[in-house]
Amino acid sequence: MNIIEVQNVTKEYANHRALDDVSIDIPKGCIFGLLGPNGAGKTSLIRIINQITGPDSGQILFDGKPLNASHISRIGYLPEERGLYKKMKVGEQLLYLAQLKGLSKNEAMDKLKIWFVKFDIKTWWDKTVSDLSKGMQQKVQFVSTVLHEPDLIILDEPFSGFDPINANLIRDEILELKQKGSTVIFSTHRMETVEELCDNIALIHKAKKVLDGPKRLIKEQFKTNTFFVEYRGNLVVNESRYELEPLKELENGFRRTNIHLPAGISPNQLLADMINQVEIRSFGENIPSMSDIFMRAVNEVPEA
Amino acid sequence: MRNILLVIQREYLVRVKKKSFLIMTILGPLLFVAFYAAVIWIAVGSVDLKTVQVVDESNLFKNEFKDTESLKFSYLSSPIDSAKRQFEKSGANALVYIPGDVIKQPKNVKIYAAKNVSMELKSGIEDVIEKQIEEIKLSEAGITHKILEDSRVNVKSETISLSEEGEKTSSSGAATVIGGICAFLIYMSVFIYGTQVMRGITEEKTNRIVEVIISSVKPYQLMMGKIIGVALVGLTQFVLWIFLTVSLTSVATTVLSDKMPKSQQAMVDDVEKQMPGGMAKSGMPGGNVQNPVSEVLGAVNSLNIPLILGCFLFYYLGGYLLYSALFGAVGAAVDNDADTQQFMLPITLPIIFSFVFAQFVLRDPDGSLAFWTSIIPFTSPIIMMVRIPFGVPVWELVLSMVLLVLGFMGTIWLAARIYRVGILMYGKKVSYKELAKWIFYK
Repeated sequence: MNIIEVQNVTKEYANHRALDDVSIDIPKGCIFGLLGPNGAGKTSLIRIINQITGPDSGQILFDGKPLNASHISRIGYLPEERGLYKKMKVGEQLLYLAQLKGLSKNEAMDKLKIWFVKFDIKTWWDKTVSDLSKGMQQKVQFVSTVLHEPDLIILDEPFSGFDPINANLIRDEILELKQKGSTVIFSTHRMETVEELCDNIALIHKAKKVLDGPKRLIKEQFKTNTFFVEYRGNLVVNESRYELEPLKELENGFRRTNIHLPAGISPNQLLADMINQVEIRSFGENIPSMSDIFMRAVNEVPEA
Repeated sequence: MRNILLVIQREYLVRVKKKSFLIMTILGPLLFVAFYAAVIWIAVGSVDLKTVQVVDESNLFKNEFKDTESLKFSYLSSPIDSAKRQFEKSGANALVYIPGDVIKQPKNVKIYAAKNVSMELKSGIEDVIEKQIEEIKLSEAGITHKILEDSRVNVKSETISLSEEGEKTSSSGAATVIGGICAFLIYMSVFIYGTQVMRGITEEKTNRIVEVIISSVKPYQLMMGKIIGVALVGLTQFVLWIFLTVSLTSVATTVLSDKMPKSQQAMVDDVEKQMPGGMAKSGMPGGNVQNPVSEVLGAVNSLNIPLILGCFLFYYLGGYLLYSALFGAVGAAVDNDADTQQFMLPITLPIIFSFVFAQFVLRDPDGSLAFWTSIIPFTSPIIMMVRIPFGVPVWELVLSMVLLVLGFMGTIWLAARIYRVGILMYGKKVSYKELAKWIFYK
């Protein structure tokens, strides 16, 4: 079951095409990474899902049905450029935002109390937003995003502006939300968070979808069948068999290199070949990082 | 629907709770009342006693000058020249010289004083002399006091627009004042509240909260909620002002009344009786002018107050809606307060013009300038309010109202289309061409 199905969505602004026939499925209950270089079209897609703008063609299904006004209360959105009313008090403002998302005043109060205790911010209720530091404000804004317990939470660069402690807090919250059954879409450039958190990803580049699917499978797709070795000694290489990358000198006389295995040669074979020549300290497969995948995917797209 | 109400509620509460709102609400009436009280106080003057010496060569005025609380008359039997010499030593404030042939030459009365004589004293003395001479002349002609009394009739006429010159002048005075005040109030409120809407919208853009709100409500709902919320703030302030002004004015009048000489007291009472609650703020100061004041207020009373109030409310709201939508569109198009300047002029030009035209319309409320400017929605709120106290044909009023409603519906539609694009657009230097494109974006 997909919480969101983007079907052939195209969106154009003035002279610029932001999304070009993009189709993506986002399964329920996963943490979904929406990646892409700046200006790729991610924010446009997010805005369409939030019903802030509409597609020029194509449609989006939410939980099987075309997007409509009733879905607004089931979606939470934290934009990249964060902001709150500066002169309003924290408590008052959170109540207002929650009510706009469909909660009654009482429901909102109850839920807010829980969050205020959880984040340990009880003293902030009557403070004016402008009295808080930027990090504190973002915490408040995060609460406003998830307060109404939405089925789908969209976070645009959620970790930017948070110090490591608060970033961890957010990270834990995201995992907890997933556990409770919500789906989380987050758009980010920080690949380490994608590595750590995402189950599925999609990469958009120059208005087109370039990658899409479970992270694991995509990594498989980008595997280069390369292995890294850290060893001491001299390795005599059979050129026809193995491709050796330039050596990297490490401490204590150890070296590191990557070896590409041609088809048909197993890692065991490589190990067997090396064991008699050198002292091996470390050996493993190079699984491409999301960062690598990102760069390769983006560079491989031909100029439109 | 619920969303618009939520937005209205927030916009309203946020502004009404501000300290500046409370200060303005209290300050307005306080200033007004202070002005009113000060004028009365000054008019009354510090009640020093002024002594006036009278040299009456005609011997007609002995004891005719009545002492009042502030004036004490003494009659000198010395000739005028010695009186003049003695004047400074005598310590009197003024010396009145009535020549013997005053009945034939009434313009030769002289008032000598060390400094300038107050209007009050001057006119008081002139009055007495006039009356006395009149009486003498009349009795010489054979008309007794009793006949004079019987012939006094209290005429009160109803001011109709077709009336003779005399009547029309006095009510046109009141009409002018009322019209002018209404125009001014509408002018001020369009500016004050229109710019509040504009700033609120730009603020939402600058602090980026607009994107979050837009994911919950439609842009149109946010814009309308803001416009209506600010309208309610304006109405609240207006109502509070009237209320406070009326109560403070009556308090002030009561407090000051025991300080005033009886004649003026009677006049102020007169003024008060003729003041309907809502017109208190038109502030007729209890000054030196005695009958004209109560006359004007009588005329004010004769104007159709309910109609004026009703129309005022309509045009106040209508004008505000028309212009605040445009202000809102500007707020959405720019990125910060400073950039709003370039758009302010074209929008405010019609308002400024209407204020200027109002002067001409006041002189000729039925001319073609008046007609056209009271029909066109951009100028009608101010101009029509100027015309109404003078009387306006019903069909013109209805036409003007209908056009104003269409007018603000139009500007709201236009503003909504610019708003929904503008609020998410940053960094673009907006030109009119650009704005025109936005109107047609999907």
